[in-house]
Amino acid sequence: MKKGFPFASVMIAILAGAYFLIPLYATFQFSLQMVRGEWSLAAYRAVLGSNVFLATLSFSAIASFTAIVLGALIVVPTIYWVRLKLPRLRPLIEFLSLLPLIIPPVVLVFGYIRLFGSNSLLPLTTSDVGTNALLVVGYVVLSLPYMFRAVDNGMSVIDIATLTEAAESLGASRLRTIVSVIFPNVRSAIVSGAFLTFSISLGEFVLASLLNRPAFGPYLVQIGQDRAYEPAALAVMTFALTWACMLMMQIFATKKPGTRLLPRFRFRPAKEMPA
Amino acid sequence: MNFLRIAAIGKSFGQNHVVKDFSLDIDKGEFISFLGPSGCGKTTVLRMVAGFEAPSAGRILLDGADITGVPSRQRNIGMVFQAYALFPNMTVFDNVAFGLKVAGVAKSDIATRVDEMLRLINLEHLADRYPYQMSGGQQQRVALARALAPRPRVLLLDEPLSALDAKIRVSLREEIRAIQRKLGITTIFVTHDQEEALSISDRIVVMNGGRAEQIGAPSDIYNRPATRFVASFVGTLNMIEAEVLDPNGTVRIGETVVSLAEPIVHRGPGEKVSLALRPEAGAVDRAEHGDTSLPGTVVSTQFLGSVIRVKLDVAGHRMSFDRFNAPDSRLPNIGDPARLHFAARDLLVVQD
Ligand SMILES: Nc1ncnc2c1ncn2[C@@H]1O[C@H](COP(=O)(O)OP(=O)(O)OP(=O)(O)O)[C@@H](O)[C@H]1O
Ligand SMILES: [Mg+2]
Repeated sequence: MKKGFPFASVMIAILAGAYFLIPLYATFQFSLQMVRGEWSLAAYRAVLGSNVFLATLSFSAIASFTAIVLGALIVVPTIYWVRLKLPRLRPLIEFLSLLPLIIPPVVLVFGYIRLFGSNSLLPLTTSDVGTNALLVVGYVVLSLPYMFRAVDNGMSVIDIATLTEAAESLGASRLRTIVSVIFPNVRSAIVSGAFLTFSISLGEFVLASLLNRPAFGPYLVQIGQDRAYEPAALAVMTFALTWACMLMMQIFATKKPGTRLLPRFRFRPAKEMPA
Repeated sequence: MNFLRIAAIGKSFGQNHVVKDFSLDIDKGEFISFLGPSGCGKTTVLRMVAGFEAPSAGRILLDGADITGVPSRQRNIGMVFQAYALFPNMTVFDNVAFGLKVAGVAKSDIATRVDEMLRLINLEHLADRYPYQMSGGQQQRVALARALAPRPRVLLLDEPLSALDAKIRVSLREEIRAIQRKLGITTIFVTHDQEEALSISDRIVVMNGGRAEQIGAPSDIYNRPATRFVASFVGTLNMIEAEVLDPNGTVRIGETVVSLAEPIVHRGPGEKVSLALRPEAGAVDRAEHGDTSLPGTVVSTQFLGSVIRVKLDVAGHRMSFDRFNAPDSRLPNIGDPARLHFAARDLLVVQD
């Protein structure tokens, strides 16, 4: 039996796509109109030429990257241990990891400021380094739900209990097992978690602004208030970056060990070709 | 002096006593199989020997030293798992090299030893492959090489062939046995396949409900099962009930009085006793076979190629017997009366 044309489904897909793509296209078109009467990349040039742009972007990139490393170092051993030794605690850990989705970042950052403010026992906010550390820790917390999901899924695919026993029977210590067996096998999961973390924390506003950090998020907002065309250009670039992150995530998540990220093109002599 | 001594170990998970009073002495270089149905505790005993599980009672001694409390990574015991458990992120070479690297062996020595191991399993051409690029049989051979590379004192295999298809299973078990002989390594092999256990073991431990029901050479286990459980689990022994007339060895099966070759030690006159008869020890309707016969009825016939399996109802018990196929032989019809012929000395007295 031949199926009829799925009219309703296609309509819904087109509508949803339009809802997403038309504003994006409008923003893009607007970003090209900085010079009156012609299409130009002047807005992009203005943004890329700005020192503040580069400074805030690199600050946020470094903060995000640190958050990724710290997050992975916390999440991977925790999930490993819980799955291996304390499976009954799993629901609790899962709940804790979801808390950042329930508690707004504003609450988190005010908590930080009270706990680590200038007249607290550990006055982190009085120094730049301390405040940066708070920001990074905040990013770790914000990205916890995503990092946790990604790594937990990654660990559910491999039989960590048996792999651990195999390593142990070959004489490996726990640390060695985690470093050379568990970590490499959840690497693609960590990388997907990392890209999610990156796309969340790169343009993050609330924490950075309330901690008064020179980050990319506050810069975006500031520009949005002061200028007309540059914010549109920034929005398009941020979009492109986020999409690039998603793409990388896909590539890493499906990569198998021993294969290249991109197929290698090389000349094969004819005799190697299958007959 | 026994090399590996398992002394009265027990294991409980909460209220669940999974292994009870299990003792076994293994000589150096011996190949032992644990045979038993699912859930009888084979894996649990093996895991206690490997050090993955701590016994609730008893001790384990290896080469005279008590290793009961020694962590598994210090035991130097090799393990092969049912699901291969190769490290997916490493090549075949790196998998086999893992134990050597951990032990801090020099790089050039590692390469030599890995090569030697890969030649042993005939996979030297696949050193650069990753586990997902190999068949199950190849992966399991790599797992074997990986376990053997650091020269373990004991090799443990937990149903290593269960995940493979029948043909590979037979060839790989012979390969495992050949390698074990060549290296002279003390080995425990867990299986629930009786043919597997019978074909490759020096001794078999038949387990049931967390206990060792019988420990013996394959031919002992098969020909002289000590308990009813062993008799029914190993081979397809036919069980039949008889009434004891004289404990010196006279019983009545149905209406027929039969003299056994051995006395019945644990039963008095008038009591019931279980007897076992191996399928190849009986013949249907061939009077020249044996000194005793019982009347029966054909219940079913199965044509299995080289043999024909005939099921009889004898004195209310189902018994099946094989006979070789011959081109001119006729399959008996269901419901036909038939006579079962056998030698009385082949009847085994079995404890319940
Ligand atoms: N960690 C555990 N916690 C609780 N019960 C367990 C645990 N491990 C095993 N058991 C129980 O112990 C019993 C024996 O298990 P074991 O795995 O040793 O059986 P087995 O003989 O290897 O069976 P199979 O042939 O299915 O592998 C089973 O009833 C099982 O449910
Ligand atoms: Mg088992």
